[in-house]
Amino acid sequence: MPFIIVALLIGLLVSITFAVTLGSVEIKPATVWKIALSNLPLTNQWIEVDWSKGEQTIIWDIRFPRVLLGAVVGAGLSVVGVAIQSLVRNSLADPYILGVSSGASAGATLVILFGAFSMYGQFALSFGAFTGALVSILLIFTLSRIGGQNSTVRLLMAGIAISAILSAITSLIIFSAPNEHGIRSVLFWMSGSLAGGKWEYLTIPTLIVVICLIVLLAQYRSLNAMLMGEESAGTLGVNTVQFRKLLLVITALLTGVIVSISGAIGFVGLMMPHIVRVIVGSDHRRVLPVSALLGAIFLIWADVIARLAFAPEELPIGIITALCGGPFFIWLMLRSSYSFGGSGR
Amino acid sequence: MNLNVENITVGLENKTILHNVSLTVRSGEFVGLIGPNGSGKSTLLKSIYRVLKPYSGLISLDDDNVYQLSARQNAQRMAVVRQESSVEFDFTVMEIVMMGRSPHKRLFQTDTTADSRICEESLERVGMQAYAERSFFSLSGGEKQRVLIARALVQQAEFLVLDEPTNHLDVRYQLQVMDLVKTLGITVFSSLHDLNIAAMYCDRLYVIRDGELVASGTPDEVLEPGLIRDVFGVETEVITHPRTGKKHVYFFSEALRNEQSRQEVKAL
Repeated sequence: MPFIIVALLIGLLVSITFAVTLGSVEIKPATVWKIALSNLPLTNQWIEVDWSKGEQTIIWDIRFPRVLLGAVVGAGLSVVGVAIQSLVRNSLADPYILGVSSGASAGATLVILFGAFSMYGQFALSFGAFTGALVSILLIFTLSRIGGQNSTVRLLMAGIAISAILSAITSLIIFSAPNEHGIRSVLFWMSGSLAGGKWEYLTIPTLIVVICLIVLLAQYRSLNAMLMGEESAGTLGVNTVQFRKLLLVITALLTGVIVSISGAIGFVGLMMPHIVRVIVGSDHRRVLPVSALLGAIFLIWADVIARLAFAPEELPIGIITALCGGPFFIWLMLRSSYSFGGSGR
Repeated sequence: MNLNVENITVGLENKTILHNVSLTVRSGEFVGLIGPNGSGKSTLLKSIYRVLKPYSGLISLDDDNVYQLSARQNAQRMAVVRQESSVEFDFTVMEIVMMGRSPHKRLFQTDTTADSRICEESLERVGMQAYAERSFFSLSGGEKQRVLIARALVQQAEFLVLDEPTNHLDVRYQLQVMDLVKTLGITVFSSLHDLNIAAMYCDRLYVIRDGELVASGTPDEVLEPGLIRDVFGVETEVITHPRTGKKHVYFFSEALRNEQSRQEVKAL
């Protein structure tokens, strides 16, 4: 287990380095870290400047925050995937598929259009997205539980319906908004993009992802017990009512914060936990950190492809994740051991 | 540990399922609950293990009202083996059993060697020590049930609730599981659908029909054709088995009964 974590940490570091070097201007990996270290308060006096001002701007001001945002968003989406799958006890759950991301998008666009929550200042957008995500996850959760618990069909039907409604509302808001509101495009909210990565936007998502990961790790026993069914979890000493609320809030918080900065990027929250469970099993003590690291690495590379495949034009990153996610979904379906919802096994 | 259920009325969505049920399970007893499908067996167990809160009445373990204990405190006193529901996520046997330690753990507290030892001992008691690293999915029904019993043991609770533990098991595993539970030496309250299993293993039985307890007592007292006809709607003959000294229930099929009565008519 420590071996996997260390290997993934090294992989993350290498991925960040190479992702920063790749782009229209070629830059050596060593330069990347020299520039990085020269910008950090403790190490800056030891570094000799042997790069141009242009390289400094490209590396430090443009590429680094974008790559780091990719890492944070990828980690966050994977963690929220794990949380939501434990909440609904269904491995097909993912904030994008269930429409939680659409809820966050709708909330965020409303904030931009009407200036709602302006009393929260720069947090208004995140707060709007959080509210939208919370409303949609509550709706889906409630709808899927009416008449018999843990029905995969109900869950997915509720998710599809909510997702369609909220995506339509988001599009409607965007189309009816006058352009001067500076509202981002439909494509951004539906497919996501990391192009908005700037240092000043990194703090909140990073903090939220780290805090949520720690809170979930602290509760790994309860997360495990929840997978045995809510009633069984109760008999194992989990206060299921409270724990469910915690998971709902964490799901909404992570989705809201991530969507408000990067739009709705699909399938990461579905794929990463699955792959990780195949490698390390279902115990959340392992699933959570490994998912976070793997998700970070995956999204960094997805963004590299999005940037470079049709350079200088940029693809929405959602296209890349969907191109991976769609076939992945089919693979899940074809896997002989898998039956949707666990019935008929 | 004594369980006391006093006058509970339990319902679901405005429909009353249990009416005024009272029962007691005393320390060390193995008490069974029998009744036809839909009579309220599972509902009664669920209200005991705190999933369905009664509208009125009191359920207590020794002196504590179970609904005033936290989930954690309750799990330290009472372990539950439910009917194996479909679990979609695969765990190893050891991971499942380790879940039984949860009620004894605080946030961030990791598993100690003591925890592992408790788990290994429990697996040994149910004869599953060789399966610790196996996937739970790969086990047979009887093996799964034994693992869930091991998990209950790991909780170190003094009171064990079983919901039809022999359901869907082959005869051999039915006996194996019941023998195992019998040797644990803790207080057990179990719903059972097989009357002969109930007769063989239980110290006392409660009989439930349409949400009301209609009889209670030792299997010898309770299991007689009149009551079984009333509650289950079947004709039986109950004899005391010469070798076990336990009651044994023989069921007669409808067809056989019809045949017999026709012969009786002819004989007249």
